[in-house]
Amino acid sequence: MSEVLGAKAEESHRGITVVDDLARQMGELKKQVENIKPGADDRVSIIVFSSDLDKILAAFIIATGAVAMGMEAVMFFTFWGTPVLRDPKKKAGGKDLMGKMFGFMLPKGRNAIKLSKMNMAGMGTSMMKSLMKKKNVASLDEMLDMAAELGVKIYICEMTMSLMGFKKEEFIDYPNLEYVGVATFLEQAKNSKVQLFI
Amino acid sequence: MSEEIKVDKIMDLKGLPCPQPVIKVSKGIKEIAIGQVLEAITTDPGALSDFPAWSRTSGNEILKTDQEGGLIRFIIKRVK
Repeated sequence: MSEVLGAKAEESHRGITVVDDLARQMGELKKQVENIKPGADDRVSIIVFSSDLDKILAAFIIATGAVAMGMEAVMFFTFWGTPVLRDPKKKAGGKDLMGKMFGFMLPKGRNAIKLSKMNMAGMGTSMMKSLMKKKNVASLDEMLDMAAELGVKIYICEMTMSLMGFKKEEFIDYPNLEYVGVATFLEQAKNSKVQLFI
Repeated sequence: MSEEIKVDKIMDLKGLPCPQPVIKVSKGIKEIAIGQVLEAITTDPGALSDFPAWSRTSGNEILKTDQEGGLIRFIIKRVK
């Protein structure tokens, strides 16, 4: 009899430990759930590194398409991509020799860039442009207007600006344009579901 | 016979290639009220997969898709 009672007591004691254990685990889980930060946003972050016409077009098509899909889009122009956003009508003074050289050697704005393949001394690029017109494919000018209207955010890399001696006053007028560093871009990219390097 | 759907706005997107049809429709749908219906006519073959993808992502509903020659007609209801 006492043996049976003892076994029962032991069983219920074990039961209590299991319940305690579960409660403790639940508490820990609750804490973890509370600490979970909101996940990635519906945002596309694109690093635009290239100054090739075809790649820039692709970047703008993806960015504007993303906004149409109800997402946000951020484009971070860095290195060779930076001069694409220069305005050929604007001039900037006060550059040193290297700055002048970069300014001269790199494309002055989006209409001075070439295809990455089949450029053929500019012939390929102008053929592609007239073909695009014929087929109603939006030109880079139209893409940029569309991006501005849709609220695509454009970041320009500050480091490239100072490295290549570019000045803010020689860049295009765009409603959502900011001069930032890598941390600003990464903060956006970290919470983006789609990240691209073009 | 399917019942006639009342269309509140028609968008003619003939001749426009990717990504313009989807971009224009995403803007156009905001010009009608929730519950109203938009008809989009396009010649872009990519639209056959792009419009359903856009509808799933944006939450708007494609009520009907017609294809006739090179013309593709979408009847879209604004849900959001």
